[in-house]
Amino acid sequence: MAQQQKTQYAIECRKITKMFGQVIANDEIDLNVKYGEILALLGENGSGKTTLMNMLSGIYHPDSGQIFIGGREVKINSPVDAMNLGIGMIHQHFKLVEAFRAMDNIVLGTKGKKEKSKTTSEKIKQISETYGLEIEPEKYVSDMSVSEKQTVEILKVLYKGAEILILDEPTAVLTPQETEKLFAILRKMREKGCAIIIITHKLQEVLAISDRVTILRKGKSIETVNTADCDARKLTELMVGRPVSLEIERPQMPETETILKIVDLSVNKPDGSKAIDDISFEIKRGEILGVAGVAGSGQKELCEAIAGLLPSQKGAILFQKENLLGKTPSEIIEKGVSMSFVPEDRLGMGLVASMGMTDNMLLKSYQKGKGPFVNRKPAKDLAEKLIGKLGIVTPGTETPVRLLSGGNVQKVLLGREIEASPTVLITAYPVRGLDINSSYTVYDLLNEQKKKNVAVMYIGEDLDVLLELSDRIMVLCHGRITGIVDARSTTKEEIGMMMTGENNMIDTGKEAL
Amino acid sequence: MDIIIKFLVAAVGAGTPLLFGTVGEILTEKTGHLNLGVEGMMSIGACIGFMVGYYTDNFFLALLFAAIAGACSALIYAVLTVTFMANQNVTGLTLTIFGIGFANFIGIFVLNKSPEGTLKLPERITAAMRGIHIPGLSDIPVIGELLFSYSPFVYIGIIIAVICAYYLNRTKEGLNLKAIGENPGAADAAGIKITKVKYINIILGGAICGIGGVYCSMIINGGVWISDNVGGLGWIAVALVIFANWQPSYAILGSFVFGALRVLKYYIPQSVFPFPIAFYDMLPFLMTALVLVISSMRKSGRINLPAALGLNYFREER
Repeated sequence: MAQQQKTQYAIECRKITKMFGQVIANDEIDLNVKYGEILALLGENGSGKTTLMNMLSGIYHPDSGQIFIGGREVKINSPVDAMNLGIGMIHQHFKLVEAFRAMDNIVLGTKGKKEKSKTTSEKIKQISETYGLEIEPEKYVSDMSVSEKQTVEILKVLYKGAEILILDEPTAVLTPQETEKLFAILRKMREKGCAIIIITHKLQEVLAISDRVTILRKGKSIETVNTADCDARKLTELMVGRPVSLEIERPQMPETETILKIVDLSVNKPDGSKAIDDISFEIKRGEILGVAGVAGSGQKELCEAIAGLLPSQKGAILFQKENLLGKTPSEIIEKGVSMSFVPEDRLGMGLVASMGMTDNMLLKSYQKGKGPFVNRKPAKDLAEKLIGKLGIVTPGTETPVRLLSGGNVQKVLLGREIEASPTVLITAYPVRGLDINSSYTVYDLLNEQKKKNVAVMYIGEDLDVLLELSDRIMVLCHGRITGIVDARSTTKEEIGMMMTGENNMIDTGKEAL
Repeated sequence: MDIIIKFLVAAVGAGTPLLFGTVGEILTEKTGHLNLGVEGMMSIGACIGFMVGYYTDNFFLALLFAAIAGACSALIYAVLTVTFMANQNVTGLTLTIFGIGFANFIGIFVLNKSPEGTLKLPERITAAMRGIHIPGLSDIPVIGELLFSYSPFVYIGIIIAVICAYYLNRTKEGLNLKAIGENPGAADAAGIKITKVKYINIILGGAICGIGGVYCSMIINGGVWISDNVGGLGWIAVALVIFANWQPSYAILGSFVFGALRVLKYYIPQSVFPFPIAFYDMLPFLMTALVLVISSMRKSGRINLPAALGLNYFREER
């Protein structure tokens, strides 16, 4: 019986164990995927998903355990080995050379003589047709949209003959429509007999695409279940280890005054191209305004303009009837406008990675101190308070924040902004890369602010969350507002249409509440 | 007419050491490593090549050892920046300072031992470096002088530049190299052996710079050793890389233009432009500064600047 089963599996991992020093990242993990099957790998941050996948793609080596590919035991010592075994990894952050054409990226690292462009181009087109991919091999990657880049990534591994695909959070940067398209491609690959492992945090997607789900928790494989027998609630329970409420609270606040009003604002990127194009909207006290949009639609520039980091070409930002344009960032902070932007690399903006928590707290408050010397005591107290309040896991207040895990870094950043008791809180991607538990902590924090009558602007990626958390949702597309809608009555599809600018109701002044 | 041809011929000669330096640095920079040690690598090549030529009286041995010396000095840079991930700018600057000092030290050391008090290359090797003469071809008026009258260095330089252009633009190895300079993470994921490719190209680049150096010591001063014989050409080469948009084929043109600037002072009649000689000495450097300013303002078009230039790659860094 066991013999027969073995040959069916594309990948079979048996009792894989990996230690980093004293920390067990993977503890006797079992995992298997058949050809013609999509397996979802689910788990919180730090549950060992990435470690496991890195072992399959040859970046790490397991300390013990066996890996079978197509029934044969193998040792995967490098990315090249993995490629030769037909394993292709599609990373969350694309590994593409922007200055190259799609086809150059696709043939990169292949052995043998260089072929004529035309031959390569033909081959690529043939593969694309088989799997229903759309691509222009001659196009430069720098000119491509996110979803086109992902197509190149997929083709890269298919071109090298991969039959086992591993996708690490492939939908994080896609619109709902693009996600649908990706899923259609994945289903087609499954039909053609590929084995696919997909890592994602979004339960809805797990349920939509996968055949089976393997759940990891704290480095152990907890269970493998058939997707058909599951729902979101059960998956969460397995993942977290206890029942968790999936509802996001949305307290209803009484109608209050408008605190921040943006009028006809236009902002250019530092390179001169238009980032924000003539937009107007307002935020009230005690509401959460969700901002949806494909990455790079002007969210970052909007944040920076409000925080006074980027000069604007036209328009006004009115904070209680006072124009913030032309004010310095510190004057704007003084007024109570607070921003926490979590960039793709999670650090970079707001926190200094190599400084400890105390010093990072000081960054926003040292100017208030009297005399030439810095008083570190209040900052240290604040850091300790945050550690206790938000459950930040850190060896100490002086440990450089870059050594903390992603979730904890985000808590430090958001915690500091909230502790400044702002009247307007702008937060961008605060749950980027966080697992369910940490995400809910962040949502609770935001709701707490809302109840304190703070105006919250929440720029997010996950539409399901935006729909549940926000009062109103504003959609950005290419720097323009393509709609402001009531989050209680709109649908995901409607927002998806607006994100691509396909709706015709460009109605910036529409008041939903 | 005659003076124009002489000027052009002189320009090509004066541009040749720049051509070597520029092509060598292009190879290096395509790995994503900015080696500011061109001046130093050229100086070391100049010194070792000259000394080998002086003692063996063999042109090709001199060339070979200049290239090896350049390669060895680039190896120092590669070990420090690729393996130990030292800061590239500091390492390169240090290499320049070291290279010039090393060359002058050896030069003076040998000079003090020579009975004549000067170091002059023997006759046979000087003859080998002189302008070639191909019967028939070199005798064609104008064209003969413009195309077939140069020192073998000129032809070697152009051949190297053409080979490098082919290597970068037409081969898989070149594609791999460019990928590393653009996005080492992507190259790594594609299974390219980054460290190996970096070492090979940085060392090759150093070897080419070394040959450029030996031109400075053996030709420019008529076969007599003087100190500081590279005299800043390495720095111009670093700027020429930008001028050439990281293309070896443009480097040929660029280095001859700069060569022309260097010899301009001998061909401009003083009566027409009464500038002091020092002005003409300054011209190449002034142009270098201008090139840097203009190219940093250039926004449109596909600039070939390797995106990861100056950044050391560490796989596990996030």
